Amino acid sequence: MNKWLFLLFVTSIAFAGEPSPDRKSTLRNLLKQDCGACHGLTLKGGMGPALLPEVLAGKSDELLISTILEGRQGTAMPPWRPFINHDEAAWLLGILRKP
Amino acid sequence: MKKLFTLLSLLLSFHAFADLRATGDLGIVIEREDGNALIINTTEHKRLSKIEKLGDLSHASVVFSRDQRYAYIFGRDGGLSKIDMLKDAIVKRIIQAGNSIGGAISQDGKLIAVSNYTPGGIKVFSSDTLELVADIPSDYGKGLRSKVVGLVDAPGQLFVFSLFDAGEIWLADFKNPKAPVIKKFPNIGKQPYDALMSPDGHYYIAGLFGEPGLALLDLWNLEAGVKHILSEYGKDDEKLPVYKMPHLEGWAIAGDYLFAPAIGQHKVLVINKNTWELHDTIAVVGQPVFVMARPDARQVWVNFAFPDNNQMQIIDVKDLSLRKTLTPGKAVLHMEFTPRGEQVWIALRDDNQLVIYDTETLQEVTRLPANKPNGIFFSSRAHKIGL
Ligand code: HEC
Repeated sequence: MNKWLFLLFVTSIAFAGEPSPDRKSTLRNLLKQDCGACHGLTLKGGMGPALLPEVLAGKSDELLISTILEGRQGTAMPPWRPFINHDEAAWLLGILRKP
Repeated sequence: MKKLFTLLSLLLSFHAFADLRATGDLGIVIEREDGNALIINTTEHKRLSKIEKLGDLSHASVVFSRDQRYAYIFGRDGGLSKIDMLKDAIVKRIIQAGNSIGGAISQDGKLIAVSNYTPGGIKVFSSDTLELVADIPSDYGKGLRSKVVGLVDAPGQLFVFSLFDAGEIWLADFKNPKAPVIKKFPNIGKQPYDALMSPDGHYYIAGLFGEPGLALLDLWNLEAGVKHILSEYGKDDEKLPVYKMPHLEGWAIAGDYLFAPAIGQHKVLVINKNTWELHDTIAVVGQPVFVMARPDARQVWVNFAFPDNNQMQIIDVKDLSLRKTLTPGKAVLHMEFTPRGEQVWIALRDDNQLVIYDTETLQEVTRLPANKPNGIFFSSRAHKIGL
């Protein structure tokens, strides 16, 4: 098999859709601790705004996922792309949206 | 029989001694997720007790009464709790706002001030009863209220604080607590995110997030207003992302130098305290969060934002060199030096531990368990200006 195809195959399995249970617990910890540093442990806000379901309700997945991955220029929201991929950001957003 | 009696009396007298507790070497460790405060003994490296149900302590700070008996804990959720460190008990607990960031105790020890994000402003309470003495909303026009950061005490019964959204520094004179006098300094720079008081109570310095440089207020010369220093520094350099806001509470003033975290650069700034110009920069492994001087100011210890928060670096002030990089464990969140600095306690959030180092040998002394610790505060702060 072509080496590149193989690699592509492996990475797409590893990255597609739901994160693995292990990765989920890392992400949950990240959300609570590291996102929580700015958004509050209970996500009710701090230096950054609250990330509660009612606050996010009117905003599209696309906008919020890109906020998480790219950050927002000119604000304190940093880009998390070096540590989180698109599917993981989508999964995190799913958690944020759940009441 | 006689032997038994001596043993018994020995036990009894031991018990009587055990009941006495001096507070000068006590401290408080915050367990952020559980909302607990541990009372610890800094000489014996012991956990003495756990005070529970203190609310959301994800961003907590502590000040101490001048008799070092009481600790006042400021929670993220607006909670203000007064703890009796002799009795291991909550004396009183109030929720004074929706979202808070920290607090200060007045020069005479009689007032406790809290800085709030929502609703923005500071509130001042009696340290005795926690009854409200004054409410100062951070209005800055058009019905807007700013988040308040960098609240400290200053000589002359002053509280000084910064308005993050408004870019202002306010000074509140509480000589008459019933009629505080507020002096405002507008246009101090964009988004002051935290501030410190120099240990002699002479300078108040706010770090700016929204633009390069720092805002400097000379409390001996208020007429001169706020001076913007280092405004050119890093102006044209690309900013690295900041995954955690630096804290300036422990900004280090050592000898002729002020050590401060650069923002968006993996550097510690060394500022000449006489000219307020940049003297040097020291490259470090990540975005500095706390930059704290050992009490004798020979060393400066630095911890870092995610993802470099497993490391610490120690600067030798003698020649401004890096002396050592330590990897104490996962998620170094805070540190506190013993009063004369022979040891330092470090909170490791993701290892659920406190680790204690000898600051001379830089060897580990011991570790203690603590659940998600995020703040360490020793009672020696009681007698320090600006803490
Ligand atoms: C250093 C501080 C900081 C950290 C850490 C941080 N954020 Fe933010 N975040 C902000 C700020 C400030 C804003 C508001 C930006 C603005 O003004 O538009 C924000 C905005 C957001 C928004 C958009 C909210 C809205 O209503 O539009 C989302 C979603 C978000 N952050 C998610 C996260 C996640 C997930 C993490 C952790 C992986 C995280 N943030 C970590 C500071 C931070």
